[in-house]
Amino acid sequence: MQRRFDEELKTLKERLLSMAGLAEQAVGKSVKALVDRDPKLAGFLRNDDAAINQLEVEIEESCLSLMARYQPEAKDLRMVAMIFKIVSDLERVGDQAVNISERTLDLLKEPLLKPLIDIPKMAVLAQQMLKDSLDAFVNQNAELAREVCRRDDEVDHLNDEVYHELLVYMAQDPKTITRAMDLILIGRHLERVADHATNIAEDVYYLVKGTTIKHHLAGN
Amino acid sequence: MTPATVETQEELTQAFAIQGLNSWYGSFHALKGVSMTIPEKRVTAIIGPSGCGKSTLIRCLNRINDLIPGFRVEGQIAFKGQNLYDPALDPIQVRLQIGMVFQKPNPFPKSIYDNVAFGPRLCGEKDRSKLDAIVEESLRKAALWGEVKEKLKQSALALSGGQQQRLCIARTLAVGPEVLLLDEPCSALDPIATAKIEELLMDLKKSYTVVLVTHNMQQAARASDYTGFMLLGELVEFALTAKIFTNPTNSRTEAYITGRFG
Repeated sequence: MQRRFDEELKTLKERLLSMAGLAEQAVGKSVKALVDRDPKLAGFLRNDDAAINQLEVEIEESCLSLMARYQPEAKDLRMVAMIFKIVSDLERVGDQAVNISERTLDLLKEPLLKPLIDIPKMAVLAQQMLKDSLDAFVNQNAELAREVCRRDDEVDHLNDEVYHELLVYMAQDPKTITRAMDLILIGRHLERVADHATNIAEDVYYLVKGTTIKHHLAGN
Repeated sequence: MTPATVETQEELTQAFAIQGLNSWYGSFHALKGVSMTIPEKRVTAIIGPSGCGKSTLIRCLNRINDLIPGFRVEGQIAFKGQNLYDPALDPIQVRLQIGMVFQKPNPFPKSIYDNVAFGPRLCGEKDRSKLDAIVEESLRKAALWGEVKEKLKQSALALSGGQQQRLCIARTLAVGPEVLLLDEPCSALDPIATAKIEELLMDLKKSYTVVLVTHNMQQAARASDYTGFMLLGELVEFALTAKIFTNPTNSRTEAYITGRFG
């Protein structure tokens, strides 16, 4: 039987995916602005973030309304509850993109410190994790979700490398400190994007399986 | 008291405008200054504990309370601008326009076909092919046609409770009303039959104004667009259903819907 709840849930999922699309694009644009040294693109990120924030508020309201009106049970309940959580992570992803663009605008005041190698690698990994966590949501794919979580270590590892490499620059020449700090922060923002993707993937796993893999509590 | 109007972005046409409605059964003051506007082509639910006046209120909307000895009403109810209690108005005509379905399915001890054709026949329709068309259309609108089309001549009393209630809805639709009043239409039905009626309401509101009295809060939450909460004869709050169930304005509404009393 087709329920009215299903129709409203379908609309809710579509809006979640629009929001996810905007968040993914925001990260992509922030990294492109950094790599291309494009202040105009970096400056645009604030507008994108306003749209993401607006969707967060709307989707949260819809989730509460659905829970209050339909008292969903079982997988319906997990779906609404996880959407409610996923929007928070997506909103934070949008914030990280803004943070990256702000650090980029700061960096563009001075010449390039060093060619960017690990940061673009981190960006590719983090964006792919975000994309895959949402694909896992769309296709209810618990295995893909679990696999996204495993990839978080690679991003963490690259972040450590970025940090240590830039420490050396700062130690050798204090004039590099501002730029090195900006790059360290950008690394950290990307590492956070990967963390949010991991959170989303964990939520998707719970949604599909009804058990958690958070904090390494997986099916022991 | 100012009329309870609903905050909404929608452009709503009003079906009923109720202003300062008071009513009494003998000396019992059942409705106390109820004012509200009920929008057209939406599902409006009235909730509240037993004895709060919700049934009395919807029974005022098609003047069926007129039939109760000692019943008295003051105040105004306009239906699409027309005063429903205008002495020149024929209450029978009012009830054709504003149909009602009751708590317990009450099919006549006749065939399925004759139940639905009953109203149109009473109104003078004799043409067999027209009656056939009305019966089919009404049963389709009530989402019952598929289940009964092969057995229209069988007794309505052989249907299940949920089917009987949908038959009663079809019987009401057969005389071409604009409004459907439903007084606890699902309280005698199981959850599946209830869900079918609720889905049906969502379809019916495309063509009809629906007013639903229910003591089942979850039903109001699921099936209605607007909800009014009544207590001791007063309309405490009237708002969008999503608003009532996520952020009611009145503390008594909140206490009732969260199960703190009632």
